[in-house]
Amino acid sequence: MLRYALILFFVLCGAWLLLSGHWTVLLLSLGIASVLLVVLCAKRLGILDAEGLPLRLLPGLARYAPWLAGQIVSASVDVARRIVDPRLPISPSIIHVDAGQRSAVGRVSYANSITLTPGTISLDVADNQIEVHALTDDAAEELTQGEMARRVCSMEDE
Amino acid sequence: MNLALNLASDALLVIGALFTLVGGIGLLRLPDVFTRLHGAGITDTLGAGAILLGLALAAGWSLLLGKLLLLLAILALLNPSASHALARAARHGIRRPWLDNPKI
Repeated sequence: MLRYALILFFVLCGAWLLLSGHWTVLLLSLGIASVLLVVLCAKRLGILDAEGLPLRLLPGLARYAPWLAGQIVSASVDVARRIVDPRLPISPSIIHVDAGQRSAVGRVSYANSITLTPGTISLDVADNQIEVHALTDDAAEELTQGEMARRVCSMEDE
Repeated sequence: MNLALNLASDALLVIGALFTLVGGIGLLRLPDVFTRLHGAGITDTLGAGAILLGLALAAGWSLLLGKLLLLLAILALLNPSASHALARAARHGIRRPWLDNPKI
């Protein structure tokens, strides 16, 4: 609890310094005051825990993010090609994929990765399954093969 | 070196602008709210991402670079949340998706 409060304190201080860039006493003390207020609010909201600050995922994220960026680029190019194609070759479908991640943060990461990749949007999560709207059969097929799910799982396990 | 950096920055800005334009065309051409979200998805992932990266390359080593990278990280968290909220609302509202497999 105290550990997470301290981490949040330093993260917020860093964010304040990055966004402000001013080093005058007035602005720094205003910054400290706002940071303390936010930490206090977070404590009262009860979100100072491993789920509110998923630091454990950071090392895995460093390996996952570049792969996801690559997926986003290739999926964007594919969707863009279909949009400008005069025949508009789309085949929308709704499919269900398993979200076997251990934690809620892991499932959220998976669902958000699905939405972030053009061509697939997560509609709903229930019973460890994610309902996905896919723009094309190819996008649906690629998602069912489950490479993204595996990579999110390994990010979680790291 | 500087020239290469400028060229890379310009190229990323042009790519971002192109994908943003295509995303807009997608919004007009696609048939229903769900498919249009895919079009909008291009605009706010690759479109905004490439433009922000292009600006970051142009910014050089400064506080501005940190701010642009922070913006990129915030976008990566906010975009899917907003898209999902829209899609979920449409799914549970009265919208029937325009589907190729209308069994569901």
